[in-house]
Amino acid sequence: MNSKRKTPDSNGHFGLFGGRYVGETIMPAILELEDAFYKYSKNRNFIEELSSLLKNYVGRPTPLYYARRLSKEINGASIYLKREDLAHTGAHKINNTLGQALLARYMGKTKLIAETGAGQHGVATATTAALFGMQCHIFMGIQDIQRQAPNVKRMELLGAKIIPVDSGTGTLKDAMNEAMRYWVGEVKETFYIIGSVAGPHPYPEMVREFQKIIGIETKEQIMHSTGKLPDTLIACVGGGSNAMGLFYPFLNDKKVEMIGVEAAGKGLDTDKHAATLSKGTVGVLHGSKSYVLQDKFGQINEAHSISAGLDYPGVGPEHSLLKDTKRASYLSITDNEALDALHALCRHEGIIPALESSHALAQAMKTAKGKSPQNIIIVNLSGRGDKDLETVLSFDAKQ
Amino acid sequence: MERIKEKFIELKEKKEKALVGFLTGGDPDMSKSFDIITKMCESGIDVLELGIPFSDPTADGPVIQRSSARSIAKGINISKILELTKKIRTITDIPIILFTYYNPVLAFGVKKFYKQAVKSGADGVLVVDLPPEESDEMTKFWKDDNFSLIRLLAPTTPLDRMKNILKSASGFIYLVSKTGVTGSDGLDASKVLKQTKMIRSACDLPVCVGFGISTPDDVRQIASFADGVVIGSAFEKLIEDNIAKPDLPSIIAKKVKECKKATVFSQ
Ligand SMILES: Cc1ncc(COP(=O)(O)O)c(C=O)c1O
Repeated sequence: MNSKRKTPDSNGHFGLFGGRYVGETIMPAILELEDAFYKYSKNRNFIEELSSLLKNYVGRPTPLYYARRLSKEINGASIYLKREDLAHTGAHKINNTLGQALLARYMGKTKLIAETGAGQHGVATATTAALFGMQCHIFMGIQDIQRQAPNVKRMELLGAKIIPVDSGTGTLKDAMNEAMRYWVGEVKETFYIIGSVAGPHPYPEMVREFQKIIGIETKEQIMHSTGKLPDTLIACVGGGSNAMGLFYPFLNDKKVEMIGVEAAGKGLDTDKHAATLSKGTVGVLHGSKSYVLQDKFGQINEAHSISAGLDYPGVGPEHSLLKDTKRASYLSITDNEALDALHALCRHEGIIPALESSHALAQAMKTAKGKSPQNIIIVNLSGRGDKDLETVLSFDAKQ
Repeated sequence: MERIKEKFIELKEKKEKALVGFLTGGDPDMSKSFDIITKMCESGIDVLELGIPFSDPTADGPVIQRSSARSIAKGINISKILELTKKIRTITDIPIILFTYYNPVLAFGVKKFYKQAVKSGADGVLVVDLPPEESDEMTKFWKDDNFSLIRLLAPTTPLDRMKNILKSASGFIYLVSKTGVTGSDGLDASKVLKQTKMIRSACDLPVCVGFGISTPDDVRQIASFADGVVIGSAFEKLIEDNIAKPDLPSIIAKKVKECKKATVFSQ
């Protein structure tokens, strides 16, 4: 990176955003984590061990696939898919959990905890815990336990203990609250693996660093196959980790357009959406300052999305900066549009995408229209849709 | 008008320690909340810590989470808590510390919050998720030295960090008794004593200990060496368990009297 300024700065601020808004009990743990992250991410052994795991365990590099039939059907730009759905456990989340769990091991921590929404981050954490022989507790909202049942079973099979969270709406935000509360009590021996580029510093930076492999590979792959940079990158944004991972290595390639796609749920003009960057205001949630869905007295609003992984009223602070500086634009896709895109990919390419990733795909199908095939759009296909079958089928049955 | 300082001097002369009572404002509703607080003041609390409800209280255990949710359900917000503070100020002279998460303050406006908090008669604020690393963005608007930002110290706070935090502390020091959220059990008085001694060697502000103190016995143990004890969840639990009873304020008052007695060392 040859940016003029390092982001974040030494206190974890991305412009106005980011920072460390946590209670004193966990503040020392966060400072310890920051030191350890900066130390080990430059350590030869750490780097080699992680890259060997990414290759031999996760199956990286994941392919960059030209979706020929889908592109032809749209009759516009050429759509490429970065196949994070083919990573071990079926989503990009494993890139981050391996990095953090390895760091936990280097730091001598024996226990992993994590929050999860869609269950993909929970599965990835449980997987990593099994791989390293560590204890693992996963906090999950009761609503998400219901709609992502297959992932709950997978986590249990992998030896993790699921802690159901019934406070609030029983979704991702509440699971994160509960994980933080647990961490406060067990902070000495426990490593909290946050699943997105959210949370207090150093998490947004650390998770981005572990996910940027997506963008680094993508750049190499597209240069190799087409000899040029893409015109547009598109990724869904829940907390924003798969998007940040894809975008970050392209930030200085000013001609590459970046679109983050939030969940519009039942529509932006209703109160049932999760479009934090489009409809939120600046606030502090889960340890960092960023856009937040909230009322005028600072109470956090409930988010809604058909996709559990996007159902979150906050967003990573670096996305807030990219929005304000206009380096990236943030659009939104409704539940219905995402479902249509999911079906389209199933039928035209034989790939069942996660509902989260289907939001990015739906936007790509819109953006591609009217463009020439020379125009290249890369979609981060962040995960596979097996976990969503129940949701999709029951929705289709209602139509 | 240095209410906090004067209160601790007064207590020292009387050979008493401070009983700090925490309640979420507006729980179970605004008028009952005022009645309960009035009774608590009459029954002997020395400092009132008044909570502003927040939807996502990550530092709090289930009891205070529920009290916060009850208050929000009644339409209570930061603005109404400031009005409540003003009303409480008309019936008592004890120090009032507002307790809050940062987001409600940020949404209300940090400058406006400071002005209205001072105007309403509050003596300070404790923002549980605003560590010294971030607090300048709030305190840069403060002019009145008599309005304190109450700093927290935790069992996990290392010595050098503690010394740094103490440099900018005012009012009193809030020592978190153990690693955990509010209301969790497992109070270890000998550990708290050790840390209190460390604080005293670096700073002469009063030290109040909170989190997980619920019985008069707990109070007596901690008050034997600290300058004050904070009770929160135990009061909120009483509210929850007796929520429909007309004599709810008297039930809380009885608990206040029992605990206050345990802070008196003059006999
Ligand atoms: C497949 C998939 N994509 C995307 C997300 C959203 O997270 P983020 O915005 O951090 O990439 C999730 C979260 O659970 C997910 O499972």
